Amino acid sequence: MVELIAKTPFDGALPLEVGTVSASEVDTGVLTSVAPYKGKNKALSEALKGAHGMAAPAPNRATGKEGSRAIWFGREMVLLCGPEPDAKLGKHAALTDQSDAWAVARLEGENAAQVLARLTPIDLRPGVFKRGHTARTELQHMMASITRIGERSYQIMVFRAFAQTLAHDLKIAMQGVAARQPR
Amino acid sequence: MRITCPICGERDRREFYYQGAAVALDRPEADAEPEAWVDYVHVRDNPCGMTRDLWYHEHCGSWVVVTRNTATHEVIETALASDIKEQGA
Repeated sequence: MVELIAKTPFDGALPLEVGTVSASEVDTGVLTSVAPYKGKNKALSEALKGAHGMAAPAPNRATGKEGSRAIWFGREMVLLCGPEPDAKLGKHAALTDQSDAWAVARLEGENAAQVLARLTPIDLRPGVFKRGHTARTELQHMMASITRIGERSYQIMVFRAFAQTLAHDLKIAMQGVAARQPR
Repeated sequence: MRITCPICGERDRREFYYQGAAVALDRPEADAEPEAWVDYVHVRDNPCGMTRDLWYHEHCGSWVVVTRNTATHEVIETALASDIKEQGA
């Protein structure tokens, strides 16, 4: 029997620290896309609340907290991050395991927003993109999900195959921002 | 150019994929005259001014009907294609 060694999506490309900003890999646990059946949004939200303690997020919002989040993931879709999905959710929504499909990174630090602003076209101003807000958008040429999880921290998700590219793009942007800081 | 996705709000044009004139919303009946089908499949206007077309917001997965002015590049109105279809407009 061949010994198989599981590698994480970033496989050593993270963590990175440049200037005041750091990027690290996040193990979010189980990722499940939850796509409610037609007209079942409310029932799903209640089931989610009962089973995992958080309502289904409105578009462009995320609910829950570290270790157990529900992130709006597109039209009629929520990504459940952390817990194994309760079987009751399956009554109201199609559940698909996505755990190995995404690379998840956390970008944090004083200038994290400036670094992200170099990579994505969304409006990241603190008054517009607040904690608990999320966006499906692009990061360089990659499809991404960006969620503001703290005052100065963001969770970035891209397809697993893009992990090395994301790490590279983050590094270049972090270096660019750091180079412009007064010493 | 920026387009307002009815779900995500104002976003950069890069996030959208252009499909073409919004004729797909007015599909003729199966037994319609051949001329109607020729129009539907092949014939397009190329207006200088107001036009309605379909854009796909790749990130949230919405089809958006964008009313815009080709001369000034002004985006006048955006709506979800699914809403328009359900209203039968």
